[in-house]
Amino acid sequence: MAHSHDHDHEHDGYQAPPEAIALRVKALESLLVEKGLVDPAAIDAVVDTYEHKVGPRNGAKVVAKAWVDAEYKARLLGDATAAIAELGFSGVQGEDMVVLENTPEVHNVTVCTLCSCYPWPTLGLPPAWYKAAPYRSRVVIDPRSVLAEFGLKIPRDKEIRVWDSTAELRYMVLPERPAGTEGMSEEALAELVTRDSMIGTGLPRQPGKA
Amino acid sequence: MNGIHDMGGAQGYGPVFYEPDEPVFHGEWEQRVLGMFPALFATGQFHVDEFRHAIERMGPIEYLRGTYYEHWLHAFETLLVEKGLVTAGELGNGKPDSGRTATPALAPDMVAGLLATGASARMDEDKPARFKVGDEVRVVNRHPSGHTRIPRYARGKLGTVALDHGAFVYPDTVAHGKGPHPQHVYSVSFAATELWGGDAAPKDTVRIDLWDDYLEAP
Repeated sequence: MAHSHDHDHEHDGYQAPPEAIALRVKALESLLVEKGLVDPAAIDAVVDTYEHKVGPRNGAKVVAKAWVDAEYKARLLGDATAAIAELGFSGVQGEDMVVLENTPEVHNVTVCTLCSCYPWPTLGLPPAWYKAAPYRSRVVIDPRSVLAEFGLKIPRDKEIRVWDSTAELRYMVLPERPAGTEGMSEEALAELVTRDSMIGTGLPRQPGKA
Repeated sequence: MNGIHDMGGAQGYGPVFYEPDEPVFHGEWEQRVLGMFPALFATGQFHVDEFRHAIERMGPIEYLRGTYYEHWLHAFETLLVEKGLVTAGELGNGKPDSGRTATPALAPDMVAGLLATGASARMDEDKPARFKVGDEVRVVNRHPSGHTRIPRYARGKLGTVALDHGAFVYPDTVAHGKGPHPQHVYSVSFAATELWGGDAAPKDTVRIDLWDDYLEAP
């Protein structure tokens, strides 16, 4: 597991005081509402969507279906946007999707070095580390050491393929199905699929382990 | 622009900071900023590349000190004033000069539909693709002072076209109000050794999405 400690808000150790920022946000929202530019109930609805409805469980369903249904997997690798929409997932920051298949020869991992592009409809909003300088700077130049911080040891003779999402394509990794999962249901398989395994910084859980 | 945002290959930022069981938001203010994003984009007054460029213009110290949603807050404040939707005075005192003068572009009952549809940047091309899958290409060595999506670590480097994604809006012009100029975007594969030298692992590659105008025949 990568470096972590108990102080939730000190992501990089140099964050501005949150109270000042919170006040600035309140002032801006109240100004926009008073001018009639923004309806606060619309903001509430957006927040509710990404807090409760859209998240990495969506992507896990896509992966599990691809593991059990070869025809679906072919459609997913051919036109990811359409195949993902078959399961009801679409929209903002996932308008044009590409799915990357991990194989014994290639391990895929995604990043946005220039900002924080991320496939919202399938993975939800990105975690703080995905948007912060250490991951964005290092994963393109030294992917093996970054993945090792996540507990993932990739041998030097296996290709790591880093995808820097500099355009409007959004990438999601299709991890390899774990051994020993023959006969498991699609629903049970989806439980093995972690967010990090779809970024490429992790692998799916092994069956029988938490 | 060669800004602080262009982080690929930089060193010295330390280990990845991983927060187990990270919440979706770290405070209510992050929720409000996230919610303003579709609410303000629905006004049709600015493009996502203008938004990205507003973040790029922050300045390195403020950029590094702030987190993701602070960058967004800064970009909203910058663009609202630049587009004339809010005056600098109003932003300073938090009160409108002349009351309610607009109607919200995003009503609550539009949210679900908007979020499920999004806004694809894919367009019909207005210039034919100059390259095809398998072609060797070199990234132009260009350092514009405005918005671009060519990471510095790729400039001048030799790669191979791996995928043709079709045509998309061109960020370098649309971020500056100079039109969409849609053109092909390719996923270009670079050997890690081409980007980082002989110490890189021999089979590793980096794939970067690059617009047609970012590339030239080697």
